[in-house]
Amino acid sequence: MPKFIPYHRMPEKGLLPAVMVYGPGIRIWHWLNALSVVVLAITGYFIGIPPPSAIGDTSSLYVMGWIRLLHLAFGYTFALLAIMRLWLVFAEGGISHQLFLPAIWRKVWFDGFLRQIQWNLLLGGPLRYVGLNPLANVAMLTMFVIPGAIIILTGFAMYAEVTGHDSWQYLLFGWVTMLFGNTLDLHVFHRLAMWVMVWFSMAHIYIAVREDILSRQTVVSTMLSGERQFRD
Amino acid sequence: MSKHETFYDVIRQRGVSRREFLGFCAVTATTLGLGPAGAMTVAHAMETKPRIPVLWLHGLECTCCSESFLRSGHPQASEIITSMISLDYDDVIMAAAGDQAEEIVHDIIRDYRGEYILAIEGNIPLANDGMCCIVGGRPFRQQFDEAAKHAKAIIAWGTCASSGCVQAARPNPTKATPVHKLVSHVPVINVPGCPPIAEVMTGVLSYILTYDRLPELDNQLRPKMFYSQRVHDKCYRRAHFDAGQFVEKWDDDGARQGWCLYKMGCRGPTTYNACASMGWNEGTSFPIKSGHGCIGCSEEGYFDRGPFYERLPDMQQWGVESNADKIAVAGAAVLGSAIAIQTGATLVKRILTGKSLKDTPIEDAPETPGNQK
Ligand code: HEM
Ligand code: SF4
Repeated sequence: MPKFIPYHRMPEKGLLPAVMVYGPGIRIWHWLNALSVVVLAITGYFIGIPPPSAIGDTSSLYVMGWIRLLHLAFGYTFALLAIMRLWLVFAEGGISHQLFLPAIWRKVWFDGFLRQIQWNLLLGGPLRYVGLNPLANVAMLTMFVIPGAIIILTGFAMYAEVTGHDSWQYLLFGWVTMLFGNTLDLHVFHRLAMWVMVWFSMAHIYIAVREDILSRQTVVSTMLSGERQFRD
Repeated sequence: MSKHETFYDVIRQRGVSRREFLGFCAVTATTLGLGPAGAMTVAHAMETKPRIPVLWLHGLECTCCSESFLRSGHPQASEIITSMISLDYDDVIMAAAGDQAEEIVHDIIRDYRGEYILAIEGNIPLANDGMCCIVGGRPFRQQFDEAAKHAKAIIAWGTCASSGCVQAARPNPTKATPVHKLVSHVPVINVPGCPPIAEVMTGVLSYILTYDRLPELDNQLRPKMFYSQRVHDKCYRRAHFDAGQFVEKWDDDGARQGWCLYKMGCRGPTTYNACASMGWNEGTSFPIKSGHGCIGCSEEGYFDRGPFYERLPDMQQWGVESNADKIAVAGAAVLGSAIAIQTGATLVKRILTGKSLKDTPIEDAPETPGNQK
């Protein structure tokens, strides 16, 4: 697989050879990441609005304790996966850099972006291309990468509140608290960022399936096999 | 006021016995976490160090800090501490009034330049040239600036002085401004709370007077010894939080059983204060122990983060009555409808034109110029 495949359009007609766009690392990352987002969103939701009270004695019950443990364990996983994803850009190449850097300055990319909007308004037809769908690319950056960064920063800043002022979490993320003053805001922004990610997941899954069905190229299976295949 | 008087001299003049004095030193040393030898350190300092005057000024405030302070648990404590400070200047408890009283401020600033401690209760309103708070016929801002310039250190009592409190709540019509934002060359120590716990106040004062330095502060200038842990970290209902047992309504069984008040809006998890460990009124109780959630009164901007009885604070900037979850539901509804409309429209279009439901036929595909790389 070549390093750093730029976004480019494919001919509209004809059967084309498949192109390898995702290495194994990116594919594994994608599904682990999806799993941790699901676990984090469910446990996170319940941290904010706990489930109905458990009945019994505190000596044997640990409902919130387990929810928080799961959340924190997957929180670390999510953060480590984010580091892994950045490393994969250089280690694996392919189209993996496009997530962080949509090529807005390139004419084809911007043309593709406008054509995707038209296509989604049911005007015009679908495009075939190698690279991320330009419209989806923008959504990924603004509704996943940026909220993801906010979630990691506020998440560890809240964690620093638990571990105290002498912890490494405080050393690294204590400054985030200073941006807000009142740490209740950390919770609010963390939660808002979660909802943005939930919106993203709704749109992301829907569009992936839709494009796979309608635009004569693979989308969903590409994240499993790594290959973009084109249909006639 | 002789410069060579020690604290102990003044305390004895007030008729406090040596026994009471040593009792005070022991209690203070314990609150400060100094260990068994600490009492003697405090006593020694008080017997030998020259007395430092404390100037206690009131800005825009409600006097709850003074109220709390005068009710400090150990009866001798208030007596002893007030003898350290009261007669110098505190317009709530001093006998002098008018020009005579204002003169005291001038005298202290002149005689003890760079040596006195300035304690500020309340904050400084800047709107309309400071006309919202007049002391001695002048805007408080002027008195504050004069006193602050030559102080050795400034103690900002309460949430008002530390971060603004109620009078600085949105839209802050008087432009009430906390002390640390108006001072540049003098160290400031914030002692937030509405009011702060009496023993915390006496503890901070005793520490400064005994050791002649400020206690260790965190990045919001609060003394770490009292403000480094959240109410939630020391709360006796924490076991119910971890177990997942919450009060859902004020009159439910959970409320009777003393379960966690998280769902009733308790701000303990985001509030740094010593209430849960030291308690109020000689350790009798504190809000959560009395069955009411913490409202986070020692935190910056707490008054703008209501309602106090709901876990998620309002976000008025997004419209009345909205919070994170309501915004989320609205967003999801818009997105869901968009998805439904697009799917429906696609199906209808395909059926009407009699085309396959899978893969867009090539004749519909747009012409692409060049198919460039
Ligand atoms: C997809 C990623 C994540 C989602 C969707 C998510 C979601 C949430 C939500 C909704 C809350 C409840 C906020 C509230 O109402 O108080 C929460 C709390 C929290 N999250 Fe996350 N989170 C994520 C990642 C992380 C990460 C990476 C960390 C870092 C360790 C983290 C640490 C925390 C902590 C410490 C709390 C507060 C726990 C408490 O108050 O007991 N989260 N999370
Ligand atoms: S009552 Fe408040 S401070 Fe106590 S455990 Fe529950 S949430 Fe925490």
